Amino acid sequence: MMHRKKKEKAIESTLLMVSGVTVVALFLLCFFLFREGYLLFGDYSIISFLTETSWYPSSSPAKFGLLPLLTGSLIVTAGAIVLSVPLGLASAIYISELADPKIAQLIKPFVEILAGIPSVVYGFFGLIVVVPLLQDLLDLPTGQTALAGSIMLGMMALPTIISVSEDAINSVPTALKEGSLALGSTKWQTIYRVVLPAALSGISAAVMLGIGRAIGETMTVMMVTGNTAIIPGIPEGLFDPVRTMTATIALEMGEVPQGSEHFHALFAVGAVLFLITFMINLIADSVKKKYRLQEGV
Amino acid sequence: MSKNEINTNINIKDLNLWYGEKHALKDISLDIPEKSVTALIGPSGCGKSTFLRCLNRMNDLVKSCRIEGEVLVDDENIYEKDVDVVDLRKKVGMVFQKPNPFPMSIYDNIAYGPKIHGCSKSETNERVHKALNDAALMGEVQDRLGDPAFSLSGGQQQRLCIARALAVKPEILLFDEPCSALDPISTSKIEDLILELKKDYTIVIVTHNMQQAARISDHTAFFLLGELIEFGRTKHIFEDPQVKSTEDYITGRFG
Repeated sequence: MMHRKKKEKAIESTLLMVSGVTVVALFLLCFFLFREGYLLFGDYSIISFLTETSWYPSSSPAKFGLLPLLTGSLIVTAGAIVLSVPLGLASAIYISELADPKIAQLIKPFVEILAGIPSVVYGFFGLIVVVPLLQDLLDLPTGQTALAGSIMLGMMALPTIISVSEDAINSVPTALKEGSLALGSTKWQTIYRVVLPAALSGISAAVMLGIGRAIGETMTVMMVTGNTAIIPGIPEGLFDPVRTMTATIALEMGEVPQGSEHFHALFAVGAVLFLITFMINLIADSVKKKYRLQEGV
Repeated sequence: MSKNEINTNINIKDLNLWYGEKHALKDISLDIPEKSVTALIGPSGCGKSTFLRCLNRMNDLVKSCRIEGEVLVDDENIYEKDVDVVDLRKKVGMVFQKPNPFPMSIYDNIAYGPKIHGCSKSETNERVHKALNDAALMGEVQDRLGDPAFSLSGGQQQRLCIARALAVKPEILLFDEPCSALDPISTSKIEDLILELKKDYTIVIVTHNMQQAARISDHTAFFLLGELIEFGRTKHIFEDPQVKSTEDYITGRFG
């Protein structure tokens, strides 16, 4: 009897420790990220970091302007969302409301496979197919632009957006749909006037998660958006080559001397990126919760 | 008054319905009198709700459902191939078991029907106000038409759903156990409302509540295991049922 109790206790505390590791890892990660980033501001002013419009890490004096990188990330992400939200939402509506269940069951695994493809493969596809296509179609000096990044990231965000908004649409009560149909509305009127508004918070959560996925993505954007070694100014639009925050960190981290100003500058960029994704996840989470509460009514 | 003198506007002939293999309605023939209340009673699973949902083709939503026979509404078979269900459901409104207001304002809930059927703003507005009056809800909500429909009580929500159906200007109203989720006071308000509405509408109501059927209906149909056992004036059905199983059900011997 005692023996069995002890065994239970042992299992319990082992599991507690294992789950504790996750929490500790997160705290350590935050701690180092913010400490290393903070050390930049001993010599370099935080105002310059936030307002400087160029990123010249190896000139002297070096310039570490966040703005061009942040703008690069935002342009690519915004483009990705503009491309993936309508497509994702349309697919989700089709799968959950219109498609024959058999066809829906056929499509769903493909969406899941899309989510499982490694990002470097997306990057490769982008580089070989999308970049030359853009260059030819739009007559650009180079196809390696923010737009190429947006297209690839949009593709990668699609599975998240589809599956989360499909969930949201599916959880709209049948009674609401029947109520609308019984008033003589068509299937389509029912979908866009009743089902979509009722699923709105779930769909917003899907979009937020899609943004989170896109803004944190590194490998793919690095391969298709150009990445000029020095960034002379804030990129102006989708047809400019850009370098995102993630790509900058990935490209430069290997070459900087540990503890240098440049090293800390990259950490500072990483901290900003962390804050952005953290906020996005927080918003997505609260929107989702709100929508669960609504379901409870 | 003999049966022949009553005008009917829903005529069901040899209606059979299957859910997959299950034969849920068997050779139902029934003429439903206009501008009166017809109650459908019977134990759970007897097919009365299924039957009700045949009258506005809500069973179309069930993939495995197969229907044979005729349902004539104003002498037109609603199961003909060229029938437009949108037109049918404009004519035949429905109120469900649980109040199902849309997640929008009180006003927008009622304006929904007129809007989708292309009414102008002023026409819609007129219909919303008339519907609220007719559903005896105006007094309670006139100051807060912009509030979300969920802010209403269950009984008010159900009257809102009735108003929503009325705004489409149907001829026929189907009620699927409209009071089963409501308290007695809300129930009596709905019952009063139904008695008021039967002056202008043909009403078919499914109910589990014998007293309710006795109180508000003019005719009663008793269903058992997918068959229509007995149909007649409510008074006759309750006081002098012709079939043994009807009597057993009404007197509470099973149910």
